[in-house]
Amino acid sequence: MNVILVAVIALGVLGLVLAAVLFLIAKKFAVEEDPRITQVAEVLPQANCGGCGFPGCSGFAEACVKAAGTGSLEGKLCPVGGQEVMEKVAGILGLTAEAGEQKVAVVRCNGTCANRPRTVQYDGVRSCRIAHNTAGGETGCFYGCLGCGDCVAACTFGAIHMNPETGLPEVDETKCTACGACAKACPRNIIELRPMGKKGRRMVVRCVNKEKGPVAKKACAAACIGCGKCVKTCEFEAITLENNLAYIDPAKCRLCRKCEEACPQGSIVAMNFPPRKPKAEVPPTPKAAEAPAAPQTEAAPQAEPVKIIIPTVETAPKASENQSV
Amino acid sequence: MSNKLKVSLSPHVHSGDSVRRNMDWVVVALLPAMLWSFYVFGLGAVIVTATSVASCIFFEWAINKFILRNSRTTISDGSAIVTGLLLAFNLPSNLPLYIIIIGALVAMGIGKMPFGGLGNNIFNPALVGRVFLLISFPVKMTTWPVPHQMTAYADAVTAATPLADLQQAGLGDLFFGNVGGSLGEVSVLLLLVGFVILLVAKVISWHIPVSILCSAFVFSVIFYVLQGKMPFADICLLSLKHLCAGGMMLGAIFMATDYVTSPMTHKGMVIYGLCIGFLVVCIRLFGSYPEGMSFAILIMNGFTPLINNACKPNRFAKEVKK
Amino acid sequence: MKTFRIGGVHPKENKLSAGKKIEVMDLPKQAVFPLSQHIGAPAVPCVAKGDLVKVGTKIADAGGFVSSPIFSSVSGKVAKIDAVIDASGYRKPAIIIDVEGDEWEPTIDRSTTLVHDTPLEPKEIVAKIQASGIVGMGGACFPTHVKLSPRTPVDVIIINAVECEPYLTADHSLMMEKAEEILIGVNLIMKATGVKKAYIAIENNKPDAIALMQEKAKGFAGIEVCPLRVRYPQGGEKQLIDAVVGRQVPNPPGLPADVGAIVQNVGTAFAIYEAVMKNKPLFERVVTVTGKGVAEPKNLLTRMGTPMSLLIEKAGGMPEDTGKVIGGGPMMGKALLNADVPVCKGSSGILLMTEKESLRGEEQPCIRCAKCVSACPMGLEPYLLQKLSEHAEWGRAEAEQIMTCIECGCCQFTCPANRPLLDWIRMGKGTVGGIIRARAAK
Repeated sequence: MNVILVAVIALGVLGLVLAAVLFLIAKKFAVEEDPRITQVAEVLPQANCGGCGFPGCSGFAEACVKAAGTGSLEGKLCPVGGQEVMEKVAGILGLTAEAGEQKVAVVRCNGTCANRPRTVQYDGVRSCRIAHNTAGGETGCFYGCLGCGDCVAACTFGAIHMNPETGLPEVDETKCTACGACAKACPRNIIELRPMGKKGRRMVVRCVNKEKGPVAKKACAAACIGCGKCVKTCEFEAITLENNLAYIDPAKCRLCRKCEEACPQGSIVAMNFPPRKPKAEVPPTPKAAEAPAAPQTEAAPQAEPVKIIIPTVETAPKASENQSV
Repeated sequence: MSNKLKVSLSPHVHSGDSVRRNMDWVVVALLPAMLWSFYVFGLGAVIVTATSVASCIFFEWAINKFILRNSRTTISDGSAIVTGLLLAFNLPSNLPLYIIIIGALVAMGIGKMPFGGLGNNIFNPALVGRVFLLISFPVKMTTWPVPHQMTAYADAVTAATPLADLQQAGLGDLFFGNVGGSLGEVSVLLLLVGFVILLVAKVISWHIPVSILCSAFVFSVIFYVLQGKMPFADICLLSLKHLCAGGMMLGAIFMATDYVTSPMTHKGMVIYGLCIGFLVVCIRLFGSYPEGMSFAILIMNGFTPLINNACKPNRFAKEVKK
Repeated sequence: MKTFRIGGVHPKENKLSAGKKIEVMDLPKQAVFPLSQHIGAPAVPCVAKGDLVKVGTKIADAGGFVSSPIFSSVSGKVAKIDAVIDASGYRKPAIIIDVEGDEWEPTIDRSTTLVHDTPLEPKEIVAKIQASGIVGMGGACFPTHVKLSPRTPVDVIIINAVECEPYLTADHSLMMEKAEEILIGVNLIMKATGVKKAYIAIENNKPDAIALMQEKAKGFAGIEVCPLRVRYPQGGEKQLIDAVVGRQVPNPPGLPADVGAIVQNVGTAFAIYEAVMKNKPLFERVVTVTGKGVAEPKNLLTRMGTPMSLLIEKAGGMPEDTGKVIGGGPMMGKALLNADVPVCKGSSGILLMTEKESLRGEEQPCIRCAKCVSACPMGLEPYLLQKLSEHAEWGRAEAEQIMTCIECGCCQFTCPANRPLLDWIRMGKGTVGGIIRARAAK
């Protein structure tokens, strides 16, 4: 009995002493934290994607609480949660959220296997950054997609994948949260975050090649050759031409689709528009449902029903006709 | 020119060395001792070796295919064969088949594949298998057949390990392998031949085996001297016998030097070897098991990541200039 | 025999063109001069389309102190200034000249008589070297005048005639034919820097060159030949200084001058001789054309700007099963996108690899054999740096001294699992370098 008693007492005393030590340490080294940080963090998606520009969701929460002191949440947007989450955050902090613009990642390269014949074979690590360091790439285009899928690896939402047929990444717009991880991962800055646009419709120059026309054209059948026809066509001054490359400003674009017709290379792509009649007169937002699906390309496979993903080769004219690989 | 030019970063040439080549050389280095075990233990040795190698290969293949669902098979790198051989070298020649198969399953299924296969395991798979069997089947694992019973297998006459009574065993018998024991650990001479082969083929460096043997010798001398029961000459002889008996040589040359589970720098290798030597002597002299090599190596395997962190190679220009 | 202390490998030497005389390469129809042939700022063109130039006419000015002017190697008319694919694998601006005849600038002394002495002062010699567009001819192409203006006192010059890269024999053949010119060039370097001692480091797989240089060096005070044991990367500046005088250059931003040494390539020494004594700027060099499939491996004295395809033609044509064209040696050279890349100041060789040789082995998991650790001449842990780069752990990579990697390729060469160690490390080095620069800029 005596032994048990000694053991119980000894352990009991030990326990008490340690508890006291723990208590004191916890008091002494306690970190004062604004309780709102935890609250804000709780409504955030906890994807820790870094799309907001802060180190993870807790970092963003901290920044929001800090910003609440100045009375405005301006410039703070969780791209994943979007407006909904920002309103919740604002609610916690007693502020009103400002309306942000929904964005989506857009791959600005249409250098499919057919458009862009391979000239050499890359035999290194399947990583875009390393391929980019090695040389200009497997094709004659030194600006376009390298096809090693760094963007796919960077996406934490499974919203981007490689299409094995085209060798290009495709964005699933229903999953894309515009966190920008893919854009950061791309060593050639091909992926751009662009406003979603009305009904997801938007006009994009799907090329980033800054070479002069003949060089770009030789490298890729869908390359922007910097001819400037789109600039002349555009009535809203939405298109600029710099370094032999056209760029459509989404803020000015009215989705008239005239530039798409004007482009001799088919590098301007209308995304998520319903298929239109051949030689439609007034293209924007027609109810073209009754129009028989007849895209203006010979090489395109018979138009499939429009999905909410980026179209691939379909819009490129004379795709693989004159290419002798 | 018909084909496209290849483009990659430098270097554009390769030494021609391969995982397979290294594994093949280990097998070649194990061959002399293996053939000797066939000669000493006869049929039993052949059965044990064949079963162990075959089941190791089978389990690696099966785990890869059915559990991990890897499309790429890893059998061709030869590491499963080496594990199988080493496991067999650690088993007595009269071990029933099912025990060997359990050992192979543990070696592959617990020691290697759960960590991600070759290159990622923390512990030497063959030793994991052996220690598992040693703990699970202590009697069967520690009764070794007496040498030279050519056709005997399960019915072989057995005897205790020479380690149990080291003073009685002759140094010559231990060195040439005329004693009972696990398959691969009987002939010190042929294991040393294997060591030379590995060194010449540049598969391993000398650091680990030599440091293990030196430290085991030194520490056993120290401990015996501290006990103070024997004259110094006897102590030295006994310590030498320690080096030649049991799994010491096999462990030092083939098990501790396993690439995956040993440190990366020469400095680290020496520390690792010294610690193994110390642990072996401790276990042998003070522990309840007569043999401590497997435990010593497994313990130090666990410390390998720490050693890697602590022992960095000699950096260029680290020393003060001029 | 001396060699460096840490790591190193010994690749098969394959010096197929050893002992071949230097042949003079024919003139091309069109010569292409990339504006960035050297480390530092690109050169700035000083000719325009339609201008007539002669051999030795300056066509581009240096773009800064760490930069170098470019001289025409042909006579003719400037066709255009346009982007061409160069050895970097990208399209870079270049001056393109249509060749007409072969008219040299009259200031160039074309005789072969040896000139032993110059009245020029040390500073004037350096200025002459700078004005002649001389850069390190070993491949790194660092402007020579920068190296010859060290910030700390220097007491030894080391001439790099190691040529540790397999296959290449350009320096070897140059030593066999221009020994005395080289020695006078070394003397000029010593005079320019005020150093009394120079070593010519030659690996002992070139016994004829060692014997010849030793013989000729007797006539020059303070110049000594230092034979070295064959080991790659002995031609690396840091390794060479360690091997010859046993000093280890501190980590970046440490320079060889910090341990009192300057390293110059043997080809550079020859170019300095020609520039200072013969008034001939740098516009031609010896290029080795070699490879297992090449009919006649050759050492060719080539005008810069000549497309490599012409040199390959001269050596018996492009073999049918060519898998890779490499500018430089197999350990550190660059795989080229096509064979029309022009010969530049740093083009020491053209190596054609067969289809079979050129493909990398299948990558397997790291078996932690530590062979890369033993092979690394900088005492790094390539296996670890590769993992850190792959997992983007830049802080740890920096702590593990990724920036000291010299990209020699020993780790990847020796890796039994065929792992692309250097690919990753190089990428990590670039990223960590960017992080460090950004931090310094703050």
